[in-house]
Amino acid sequence: MSTNDPSQVKEVIRGFIANSVNIDALGDDENLFESGIVNSLFAMQLMTFIERKFGIEVGMDDLEIENFKSVSSTAAFVLKKLGGRPV
Amino acid sequence: MNFNTVGVIGVGTIGSGVVADLLLHGIRAIAVDLSEKSLARARAEILKAVRFAPMYAKGARKLTQDEALALVTFTTRLEDIRACEFIIENVTEDWEVKRPLYGRLDEIAPAGVCFGANTSCISITRLGGATRRSDKVVGLHFMNPVHLKPTVEVIRGHHTSAETLANVAQLFLQLNKEAIVVGDLPGFVSNRISHLFMNEAAFVFQDGLATAAQIDAIFRKCFGHKMGPLETADLIGLDTVMRSLDVLYDSFHDSKFRCCPLLRKMVDAGERGVKSGRGFYSYPGAGSMAENQPHEHE
Repeated sequence: MSTNDPSQVKEVIRGFIANSVNIDALGDDENLFESGIVNSLFAMQLMTFIERKFGIEVGMDDLEIENFKSVSSTAAFVLKKLGGRPV
Repeated sequence: MNFNTVGVIGVGTIGSGVVADLLLHGIRAIAVDLSEKSLARARAEILKAVRFAPMYAKGARKLTQDEALALVTFTTRLEDIRACEFIIENVTEDWEVKRPLYGRLDEIAPAGVCFGANTSCISITRLGGATRRSDKVVGLHFMNPVHLKPTVEVIRGHHTSAETLANVAQLFLQLNKEAIVVGDLPGFVSNRISHLFMNEAAFVFQDGLATAAQIDAIFRKCFGHKMGPLETADLIGLDTVMRSLDVLYDSFHDSKFRCCPLLRKMVDAGERGVKSGRGFYSYPGAGSMAENQPHEHE
């Protein structure tokens, strides 16, 4: 990736989730946990992935399930952490 | 009396969870295992559990990595548990491993210290008999992930005293956990029943009646269980499930506990579930227990 383009960030996140749980389609706003696509412990795996992939750090105050409940939420969190920084 | 320091013998999946839970409640832990490699793996698991705990457990203490590490000592020397006020044992589910360990713990630990046996199936009365303090041996059957499970099956051995149960109550008060105290026969309540489910699910799979995903879906969607029996077996570890079934079979001499041949074959083939990357499902990037979601095994 050469930019912090929101749609690219979303696709990277969607790809990781879809690959991890072996599903074909995943909507931007589909709640991962309420829908039962993953159990809540998957959030740890997702956080570890975005830290590594985007070079950001999930701080103690960021540990809210709301930040990672969907593709959109997770992408918004990543973009907020990146600020204007290209990735 | 508040417990300040607890020894945890065996820091695999459950033992690491016990240590993390102790640290999150401000209790010092002495973590003992056989090798530096096992301790390093446990250290990583403990730090991860502590780090993410505030997201899962409301009101969980927020500990930095340094604060957590300041509360725990990792050691391969069993003698280092001398300063502990309570011991929680989580070693392999094998009588020949546990029996000599309890003898040594009995020699090392101060006389008044209680031993909590975190065993899946082995009788607490039998473990107590390997010590000269059977009144101070009690079963503590923690579930995974330990720091997120508010309830523990507590097993009262034949000689377990009321004072020992009071010690457990105090420790659980500090850990904010509830105890369900039951009597002692191999497998207790939980595993005597759950292993029949897992074993019979393996037989159903072996007989080709349904796929693993179908079997688990029936338990999740029809019965409302959080997990189906085969994904549960994968999470626990098929080798551990097999060993527990063998203990139940040997203990009761009842054929209903005979281990499914397919389960044994999978263990022989190295397919031990989540921890090996493959069981009834496959787990890309296998490693940590909690890090994987299942893909169905063809």
